[in-house]
Amino acid sequence: MAQIAESGGGDHGKGKKRAKKGSTHVDMTPMVDLAFLLLTFFVLTSTFSKPKVMPLNYPAKITEPGKKPPKVNNAATFILSGDKVYFYRNEFYPKSKPGPNGPTELEEANFGSGENSVRKLLASWNEYVIKNKVALDKQLDKKQIADTTYERKLNDLTVKREAVKVLIKTDDKALCKSFIDLVDELKIASVGVIAPTDLSPGEKELLKEKN
Amino acid sequence: MPKIKMPKGTPSIDMTPMVDLAFLLVTFFMLTASFRNAEPVTVETPSSISDKIIPENVLMVTLDKDGRVFFNLSDAEARKEMLNKMLQKYKIGLSEEKVEEFSFMSTFGCNMQELPAYMNTEAAKRASFPTQGIPTDSTKNELLDWLSFAAVAAGNTGRTAFEEAKLKGAEPKMEDFKPKFILRVDSKTLYKDAQVVIDVFRELNLNNLNFVTSAEAIPVN
Repeated sequence: MAQIAESGGGDHGKGKKRAKKGSTHVDMTPMVDLAFLLLTFFVLTSTFSKPKVMPLNYPAKITEPGKKPPKVNNAATFILSGDKVYFYRNEFYPKSKPGPNGPTELEEANFGSGENSVRKLLASWNEYVIKNKVALDKQLDKKQIADTTYERKLNDLTVKREAVKVLIKTDDKALCKSFIDLVDELKIASVGVIAPTDLSPGEKELLKEKN
Repeated sequence: MPKIKMPKGTPSIDMTPMVDLAFLLVTFFMLTASFRNAEPVTVETPSSISDKIIPENVLMVTLDKDGRVFFNLSDAEARKEMLNKMLQKYKIGLSEEKVEEFSFMSTFGCNMQELPAYMNTEAAKRASFPTQGIPTDSTKNELLDWLSFAAVAAGNTGRTAFEEAKLKGAEPKMEDFKPKFILRVDSKTLYKDAQVVIDVFRELNLNNLNFVTSAEAIPVN
């Protein structure tokens, strides 16, 4: 069937040459088959979503020997170990030198959304920023402030005294997945100051007791 | 009651609109599809709520779940410059063709001694090339060299692209043309392995890193 159907073709020589009449139907079935085959192929192989990236700024390396990292107010420290996540608030007080509330103890959290989850904890610690962010979001929606102003104001919020600053420490067994999950939770809770740092010897000891 | 007569002959349906649509879709998918380059490693990235799309001019370090390090620089011109500097530094010879081929490859991972053998392997078989990845030990930190040459080369090509865009009359932002530093880790990679690579970045004073993640819905309170 895949040919151009011809009809007539009789009148040689004699008389005027006439354009051929009759149907010029082309059988399109194979072409359509191929078109659908290609369509299926491209639908199944194409990937629309380009991978996304999550920015994270690391603190600059301390080059001068003996220089200590700056003190942080209203800090929270998360310690990742294997698939577990521990935390403590404020400064670290070893057993030999307990602070106003006694020595620091590690508490365990989880990545769910229920009781004692990182999300709930952060939402309560960082309430000040989250509340103010809602107001800023509204202003941005109504176009009362420009994008750049919004970003600057948000940035100012996250470095204020009331905003929580987070230190992330990991041990040798921590997986990248829990690290990324934690940073993700911090972004959800609009924590602006995130600093991945190394474990101190005191924290290592506490971690050993936990495991 | 009279009998219902079935029409005889072949029923013909006009398929033209369907075929039109089919071809329209084929054309659309053909034009929008972007094919991925063959990657020597498969990496399952963790997910996050971030919706920032991966930028154009990137230096990407990939870590597989065993902690092997792979490297990719997106810009072909910069790749060539980087490779030539590396060959010079490690005093390794590579033919002009192979250098040209290298500039159009994507992610690679092997030490400098293995590089000529790696380049002589057929393109399809490179994925199974036995290698420990790019060395990052403090005594023989090849990744540091790759990164420092790549950052300079990508910075140069970025600047050229910026100047070109400026000549065309647009008002480009320099920020868009600067090379970005991307880290692609597997969910199961140990963080201490990633930390080695992060420390190399920090050594070069490149502190703004980006982690590749797959998209995830933003939780509603």
